[in-house]
Amino acid sequence: MQEIRNYTMNFGPQHPAAHGVLRLVLEMDGETVVRADPHIGLLHRGTEKLAESKPFNQSIGYMDRLDYVSMMCNEHAYVRAIENLMGIEVPERAQYIRTMFDEITRILNHLMWIGSNALDLGAMAVFLYAFREREELMDVYEAVSGARMHATYYRPGGVYRDLPAQMSQYRESPWHKGKDLKRLNSWREGSMLDFLDAFTADFPKRVDEYEELLTNNRIWKQRTVGIGVISPEKAQAWGMTGVMLRGSGIEWDLRKKQPYAKYAEVDFDIPVGVGGDCYDRYLVRVEEMRQSNRIIAQCVKWLRANPGPVIVQNFKVAPPHREDMKQDMEALIHHFKLFTEGYGVPAGETYAAVEAPKGEFGCYLVSDGANKPFRVHLRAPGFAHLSSMDVTVSGHMLADVVAMIGTYDLVFGEVDR
Amino acid sequence: MTDTPSNSLAERLSARFGDTLSISVVRNEVTAEVPAADLLAVATALRDEAPFSFRLPIDVCGIDYMGYGQTEWDTETVSGTGFSRGVEGEAMGRFNWADRPRADSQPRRFAAVIHLLSLEHNHRLRLRVFCEDDTLPMVPSLTGIWPGVNWFEREAFDLYGIVFDGHPDLRRILTDYGFVGHPFRKDFPLIGNVEVRYDPEQKRVVYEPVSIEPRVLVPRVIRDDADLVQAKAESADKWREN
Repeated sequence: MQEIRNYTMNFGPQHPAAHGVLRLVLEMDGETVVRADPHIGLLHRGTEKLAESKPFNQSIGYMDRLDYVSMMCNEHAYVRAIENLMGIEVPERAQYIRTMFDEITRILNHLMWIGSNALDLGAMAVFLYAFREREELMDVYEAVSGARMHATYYRPGGVYRDLPAQMSQYRESPWHKGKDLKRLNSWREGSMLDFLDAFTADFPKRVDEYEELLTNNRIWKQRTVGIGVISPEKAQAWGMTGVMLRGSGIEWDLRKKQPYAKYAEVDFDIPVGVGGDCYDRYLVRVEEMRQSNRIIAQCVKWLRANPGPVIVQNFKVAPPHREDMKQDMEALIHHFKLFTEGYGVPAGETYAAVEAPKGEFGCYLVSDGANKPFRVHLRAPGFAHLSSMDVTVSGHMLADVVAMIGTYDLVFGEVDR
Repeated sequence: MTDTPSNSLAERLSARFGDTLSISVVRNEVTAEVPAADLLAVATALRDEAPFSFRLPIDVCGIDYMGYGQTEWDTETVSGTGFSRGVEGEAMGRFNWADRPRADSQPRRFAAVIHLLSLEHNHRLRLRVFCEDDTLPMVPSLTGIWPGVNWFEREAFDLYGIVFDGHPDLRRILTDYGFVGHPFRKDFPLIGNVEVRYDPEQKRVVYEPVSIEPRVLVPRVIRDDADLVQAKAESADKWREN
């Protein structure tokens, strides 16, 4: 009789379901995974070391490029760490703007997740639906910062600019014209807040559409129910946070437990799973989109009623008004100093965490008083999650590895940093 | 001490561990410095004992304290001598491998910093373990206590060369296969050592020594002087003392 041995298989680094550049070395017994050894670091750029060589403000842009589908949440952790050390109180309006954009980012992230995860597991259509709404929220990013993805919008002390009074509109082109153009621009007649009002009123229906495609879909359930079960104890021991923890039934959300920005003032619920499998985590994420939508609507309401400053008036950390610079010598000096040398952050260390869409994104910042950080460490949720790959997929079939990569919601920008 | 959750945690820690830990509470963050020899006992107690129950390891990272507090630009006596554009010192990014700063044996150069979270008590705790020997920095591995620190320790090993004693699988994780050196150490050049390109003649990717000049645009400056005082005075917000 012929002897059958385990064989080793290379999954990635260019596999379409590897969500970027994951190289997974799998030891297989037939179709069953015996051992999984993820090789990461193919996207390692040394963000933390680069940040140590630049003034504080110049590294905000790097944060966008970590988890590049939840950009502003990464910025939020970094600027919060700086604000902690400097003892800056952020104006209330800026806090509401941050809360709103964190939730917009969460929806952006979950839309990307639901689309690509469904695509990995064989459901093509969800991707197309999810990207329709993603495009609208990308426009909000663009309206407020000028960039669709890498916004660099949050600054220590607030946000860079106030919300625009006019939402950008589509222009007539061979692709957008006539009735089509009118429909696209119908939400965009007024301000950005008007646009978001229209969006939040419409979005629950859109989530219903995704659910229509997946929640009771027999194939979807076959691929996710009972797959990748993570017990609450295991989730904690492996340093899991965010949806990975909540999917296992632990009600833990930094937005509720250690509120930052304005999360203590807004009303929302924390969805929790029961079984800790991929399907529960899917349900949690879908519900989180609905809850984020609720938070956005509340922030829009507040922001409409309460104008005010969006960044501190301390010109050592925030630039003076552009118009002042043309007349006022002091303002010009402040501007020059801020954009060349930057500002010194008092010596000390701090850890600031936010509930990013993927879990707890933290920034551990050590300053020795200089204008550049002494050490920045970014705690990426995906890194902790992926490390448990071996224990979660051993014993599963090969196809379930794809479901597991999907449910971890991996983005290699943050895993590799 | 005011009665905040952080202070009560600090009190419980000092009541339980006594002089083993040196504890500080700054901005409601509790930091405890642990001698490497006691780390495993302390960590086990922190996980298992009810007043602490730190079951969720958040993070482990390395730090290289070489050059802490050093600047490249003198800001205190300049007014007497006039400004000089000359940048002194060899801070990060200004040297290549051949000219890297050689640290005189610096005690307490490397440290591993561990962040823990307790879901039951909603507490965070930071542990700092200094490595005694800076030529072979070594810290006991926590993988037996929290399996989730596995990759974080691999990362600290990869980037800082801190050896985690007892780690089951201490391989490099983020850097390239066959990488030499520990890139996040302060004496490792920012530009790196090698660059890669595709060689059309050999039809493969080749590694070559870096050709870029090290360059940093903004000098590292620490100002304890008027600037900070003025900023405090100008600020409408409360600048907390550190």
